[in-house]
Amino acid sequence: MSGSQTKRLPLVLFGIYLLLYGGFIVINLFATNLMELTPFAGVNLAIWYGFGLIIAAILLAFIYGIAGADANETSSEVPEKKEVSK
Amino acid sequence: MIYEPSVLAVVVFFAFVGVTLGLSFWLGGKAKTSEGYFSAHGQIPWFINGVAFAGDYLSAASFLGICGMIAFYGYDGFLYSIGYLAGWIVALFIVAEPMKRLGKFTFADALNSKFNSPGIQITAGLSTLVVSVFYLIPQMVGAGVLVTPLLGFPHWAGVVLVGVTVILIVVTAGMVSTTWVQFLKGSLLVIFSAILTFMLMLRGFETAEGGADGHKLRTLGPFTTKTLADDLGKDESTKQWTLIPADSAWEKTPFVRLKNTEGAVTVWKKEEAQAGKFLLTEAQSLTKTIEGTVIVNGLIKGNKKGEPELHPVGHISKLPGGKEKTGPLGLLSFFSTLQESEIILWPKKVIKEEDGATTTVYYQKPTPGSQVLRPGEHPRFKGIRSNDPIDKLNFLSLMLALFCGTASLPHILIRYYTVKDEAAARKSTIVGIVTIGFFYILSLYMGLGAMTSGALDVTNSNMAAPLLARSIAEWLFAAISAIAFTTVLGTVSGLILASAGAVTHDLMGHLLHIKMNDAEQVRVAKISSVIVGVIAIILGILFKDMNVSYLVGWAFSVAASANLPSLIMLLFWKKTTSQGIISALIVGMVSSLGWILLSEDTFTKVYGLNAEAAWVPFSQPGIVTIPLGFLVLITVSLMTQPKPDKPEP
Repeated sequence: MSGSQTKRLPLVLFGIYLLLYGGFIVINLFATNLMELTPFAGVNLAIWYGFGLIIAAILLAFIYGIAGADANETSSEVPEKKEVSK
Repeated sequence: MIYEPSVLAVVVFFAFVGVTLGLSFWLGGKAKTSEGYFSAHGQIPWFINGVAFAGDYLSAASFLGICGMIAFYGYDGFLYSIGYLAGWIVALFIVAEPMKRLGKFTFADALNSKFNSPGIQITAGLSTLVVSVFYLIPQMVGAGVLVTPLLGFPHWAGVVLVGVTVILIVVTAGMVSTTWVQFLKGSLLVIFSAILTFMLMLRGFETAEGGADGHKLRTLGPFTTKTLADDLGKDESTKQWTLIPADSAWEKTPFVRLKNTEGAVTVWKKEEAQAGKFLLTEAQSLTKTIEGTVIVNGLIKGNKKGEPELHPVGHISKLPGGKEKTGPLGLLSFFSTLQESEIILWPKKVIKEEDGATTTVYYQKPTPGSQVLRPGEHPRFKGIRSNDPIDKLNFLSLMLALFCGTASLPHILIRYYTVKDEAAARKSTIVGIVTIGFFYILSLYMGLGAMTSGALDVTNSNMAAPLLARSIAEWLFAAISAIAFTTVLGTVSGLILASAGAVTHDLMGHLLHIKMNDAEQVRVAKISSVIVGVIAIILGILFKDMNVSYLVGWAFSVAASANLPSLIMLLFWKKTTSQGIISALIVGMVSSLGWILLSEDTFTKVYGLNAEAAWVPFSQPGIVTIPLGFLVLITVSLMTQPKPDKPEP
């Protein structure tokens, strides 16, 4: 992953979560009854969406963690290569 | 309710205090320099730091408050869980790594990294103090609220006990001991919450006619309004009752008072039945006379087991398919079963009697599970179901403050200085998110479990989680109670350390121009910790009778309004100036505080005035004051741009 991609990634992930969180608030405010629907397993949308937001936060955090670890590995490899070239 | 102190809870709590204090004294040698005292030399392993984030963040408000709110109102308490966790996304993606890169000891260090401005250091230090004190008060009051039922001590003793313990922890080894206390607390909280949830699933649901003390809630009737007085006493079920005529305080309420043959007065709620008739369902009442006598359900409240007390409540009246018991439940069938059930909730109504006494009536409200599991039932979240745009703005403002507040809390931000580098800051935030997120998922199960446990105390929603544990096993109650206490210890130690850092590092050096060497800084920090700790103890005792749960909301709003705009703009806008940051800090702090002090919440709960007298249209300031902070920063920064160097001739 390049340096600019590494810098952009957290903002992209933040944007994704912001959309999910914003969607939750908008549904609550303007389509409240949707939250009472039970789309799956007899559990309503309010619970699915609430759990979804928490799980999404964890997943996005892991994605960032893995990408960050890759970036660190890449950046730590660069000086070694330079030393070899000396 | 009458609580008998649990010996096991006392033993577990003091064992934890003993271990943490022993650890603190043992680690004391690592905090002899200011770097050791404030940031543990940046040598805390990222995993430990991540769990310590959870220990720092999951305060009494998170553990006791959210479970209690869910237990009494249903899903709405979970909205706090969602908002509190969402704030960590801002912390991870925006704040974590720059905070580590830019700062040294305090939040002000990071803000001031590019400017070396005494003004930034002083205003950010003041903001840290204000936010930390607002956060400290509910924690200390929470300690007092917990200690009375759990350990049998008076309120002040709980506050002093927690205060002294925390001062010792912070003074002995600063951030090193604070981190380990928070790590222990965070681990125990999540592990035992998981055990509690697992045992709750194993138990499943069952229908009941009352609470865990075996008292079956009675229903009388049907009656008609005209013949109620005559109908009472006609048959075996009503012969002991006589109707008390309604006076001006009671006539417009849905309640009637009946006196039994022994003279005890009980309160009943009228519930509509068929053909214009009504039933009387048993309510509970708690009266405080002007002489200070407390009467429960018509009898003077007792102090020991077996003496008059309010009954524990919270039960399922109907399960799907007419079942009486479900057996063990799964993670999803827990909700789907509840969705199809009927649950007895316990709202309250306060009645001012003609003789000056105050009676609080707690009454049964049979509620469909589908309603319990939907948002918008709690008065604080009425905006969800209201058509009034002001109510909707209030909800939006609260959710915005929760989202923006976490990454602006000084006691959370200083934890980024305890790890060695930015990668460790990132990894520890991820561990924090996983730990906190897992706990918040459990909070919904625990809250709903408490709601249907038959163990709720109608007068104290904060006790919902410990009482749920008691309804399952005494040892679990002891463990959860002790953890509830340690919840306070962990958060308070972080807040005191953040405040001491602000006083020593930001204010004394830059406001009072006192130069200190390293050893003096540590000494002053320890003295500051003691002073802040003593102030926290005093405030915890003074605010005893005040509803302080919303002070955490104040702290979030002030932190988000004062700190976040500066932090974000410093990172993302090159034209930010020191004057812009100082202005945004001051305007954000003053405007959010001012808004809160002039809001309906404060008018009714603090000043005791009418809600209509409030000066601002809704209670949550974030939606106005957070953008205001950004606006002020941009405007002032543009006005104070450094003049470009004149081109050489």
